[in-house]
Order: sequence, then C-alpha cells, then structure tokens
Amino acid sequence: MGPSIPDVLIEYWPMFLKGAVGTLRYAAIAVAGGTLLGTLIAIMRLSNNKILTFLATVYADVLRGTPLLVQMYISYFFLPMVIPALNNVDKEVTVLIALTMNSSAYVSEIIRGGINSVDIGQTEAARSLGMSASHTMTKIILPQALKNILPSLANEYISMIKETSMAGTFMLYELMYTRTLLANKYLSWQPLFIIAGIYLIMTLVLTNLVKFFERRMSVSD
Amino acid sequence: MTDKVPLIETVDLKKDFNDLHVLKGISEKIYKGEVVCIIGPSGGGKSTFLRCLNMLEVPTSGDVYFEGEKLDVKNTDIDLHRQKIGMVFQQFNVFPHLTVLENITLAPTLEKRIPKEEAEKKAMELLEQVGLSDKAKEYPRKLSGGQKQRLAIVRAMAMDPDVMLFDEPTSALDPAMVKGVLEVIKKLAESGMTCVIVTHEMGFAREVADRILFIDDGIVYEEGTPKEFFDHPQKPRTKEFLSQVL
Repeated sequence: MGPSIPDVLIEYWPMFLKGAVGTLRYAAIAVAGGTLLGTLIAIMRLSNNKILTFLATVYADVLRGTPLLVQMYISYFFLPMVIPALNNVDKEVTVLIALTMNSSAYVSEIIRGGINSVDIGQTEAARSLGMSASHTMTKIILPQALKNILPSLANEYISMIKETSMAGTFMLYELMYTRTLLANKYLSWQPLFIIAGIYLIMTLVLTNLVKFFERRMSVSD
Repeated sequence: MTDKVPLIETVDLKKDFNDLHVLKGISEKIYKGEVVCIIGPSGGGKSTFLRCLNMLEVPTSGDVYFEGEKLDVKNTDIDLHRQKIGMVFQQFNVFPHLTVLENITLAPTLEKRIPKEEAEKKAMELLEQVGLSDKAKEYPRKLSGGQKQRLAIVRAMAMDPDVMLFDEPTSALDPAMVKGVLEVIKKLAESGMTCVIVTHEMGFAREVADRILFIDDGIVYEEGTPKEFFDHPQKPRTKEFLSQVL
C-alpha cells in the first residue's frame, strides 16, 4: 500500500498547494472569460442580425457538441500553426483558449435562456422611457436574467473547476498534474484522494457562495 | 388649432402581422394639450395604433411624425423622441429588481444625465402626488396593482414627456383599484398634459376626453367630441358597439 494519505500530504503539501493554485487560476480565467464571451455570444444569438445569430448558433453548437479534450488538442497543436503568434507565448495560453471558449458556449446558452425568461414588457417599458438598447440590456434585462439563471450558472462554474483537470494532460501545473508527478514517485493512490478532497472543497465553497448571493438577490422577491 | 404643427401626426399608418392587416391606414393629428381617448372592440387595432406612436410597433407602411419630425426606429434619435413620449402599459411593467424610487430615477439619471439628488427630489415630489411617497424604498412586489400602475405613470412623468400614451391602463386592475388610477390620469389630463388613452372605461372617456377615436377593423371608423360620439353616434357599428358597452 505504501505511505498513508496524511504522510503524503505532510511530505508533498507544497506540490498540492501549487496544483490547487493552478487549478483555481485556470478556473478563474475560464469562468471570467467564459462569462464575458458567453454573454456576448448570447446577445449575438438574440440579435436581429441573421448573420450574427447564425454565427453564434454554430459557435455554441460546435463547442457543445464536441469533447473539450479534443478542443484542447486542436487548440494546442493546430491553433499555433494558423496563428503563429501563439508560438511566442506560453503553451498554457492555447489550453486556456479552449477552456474559455468551451465554457463560453455553455454560458451563452444559459444566459440566452435567462434573457428570454425576462418578460418582453420590461424591454418595452425601458425602451418607451427612451433608454438605449444597451442600457436596457445592462440595467433592466441582464440583472433580472442573472437572478433567474444563478443556479444553472453556478453548476456551469462547478463543471469548469472540474474540467480544468484536463489541462494536466498538457503538462500544465494544476491538481491532476500533481498526480502525474507523484505517480513517478510510486505514489499511485494517495494523491488521488487528496486531489479529490481539494476539488470537493473548492466546489463546496463555490456552492455556498452562490447560495449566499441568491439570498442577497432575493430581497426584491 | 389647425394651423399649428400637430404634436403627433400619423400618415396612412398600416401595420400587418404576417397575413393579418391590423391597421389599414390611419391618418390622424393630435395637438398639444388634447386628451384623446381611443375606444373600440378588442382586436380592432387600438393598442397597435397606440404602440406605433412611439415605434414600439414598427409600422408596415406609413409614417409617424412627432413634433414635426419623422420617427425612424433605426435612427438613434428614436431614444430622444421616446424620452418625450411617456407610455403606460396594461401590465404596468414596473422594474421588479429596482426599488420604487430607483424605478423612477433610473431613466432620467442614465439617459438625461440628471444628477441623482435632483432626480430623487423630483421623484419624491411625483410620488407624493400619487400618494406613494411612503413606498419609495420598497420593491414593487410589495405594491398592489393600482400602486404599481401609479408608479408606472410617475416613472414616465419623471422624463418630462410632452405626451403620455396609456394602453388600457386599468384593464389588469381589480375593480377597487381602478378609480385611484383613473383619478391620477384625470389630474394629469386636467393639468394640460397631452394624453392618448386606449380604454374600455366609457364613463372615464366621456369625462376626460376632448375627442374620441373609435377604432375598429384597422381604421378610425368614427370620431368626435364625447358628446357627439356618445349621444349621437352616426355609423351602424359605432351604435352597435355603444349599445353593448353602455
């Protein structure tokens, strides 16, 4: 069996810490980038411009219909061939591009549903007051949409934290990469449970954070 | 009045919804200070006509002129024009995520860049007038239907509009709430505000209107002063409608 889990933790905690920091960093980038990009894609999809709607639909369908790991490989190996500038930056950028784009596709669908869930009368009232289309979106529609979609958005963020584990495949230092390193030291099973525990803590913290925000946003109910 | 520029003028306004011809060509002039009530059977095009006046509904053909300028929904000026055309909806459409005060101050601060304190001061005065000043910090869910509608009226008034459009403002209200809302509208009309009101409240229309438009089957079928219209309707469909509702 080898050393116990606490022994491994005590001996190698700096590696787990580094892995956890990496995971959090990738998750944060995927969440922030995915949310911004996803909002944009959702607005494109709901716009009156047929070309924009078409492009956004294809974007979301392709990225949701193919495995993230395949997207990461394409981004890692193929993207630098067509965008030479990517050869001059850290390889993690290509993996992050795939993570962010993938999450943006899922987020865009959630936000699209959220925007559609807001009564059309809200838009009409805002526009009739002379509010611009963008102010109507940012001040009236999105705040109400966000409240409706917070639970599904939180689920998506939790998935993103877990999906960063695939970045380890490309030698990026996150939690699963810690496992690869420790497997070389003949620690086959202990790191797995430690890593699982760390993921669980992260997702539980996020879940409760979202619950807190849901309570705060429900003041107008 | 005929030598003045109308506040609102429609020229051969037509609106189709797919194969359905809802408006079949309406040319009307509404002058400053006028109170025009629009009545007629459901599905006749009353609300569609009203919603064309601020381009919430884009006409299939024909034009709308506001203060002499042609409205174009593709032009950014449309927002500036809409700021002067207040609208009140059947379903209130107050903003549920904002407090009563924020509902009123949002558009003036955002679009007219009025300082927050000034906008709030004005909002409080307006709330006072409709008996809602004690609700300023509440969210709309705490308001009754009648209070929501009064808030919606005040929200539109806060933009200092030159005309107010009312789209069946009391149709979604409990009977007990109707009177309070109608009183607010009546006060507004008496203060000289130009009002265009789609309504089923015949007594109210008769009392406040300078002119009645009877819209049926997509056209202004008959119009006149309340007295002419209600006491001496000329055309058969008008007579039939009035005999059913009065």
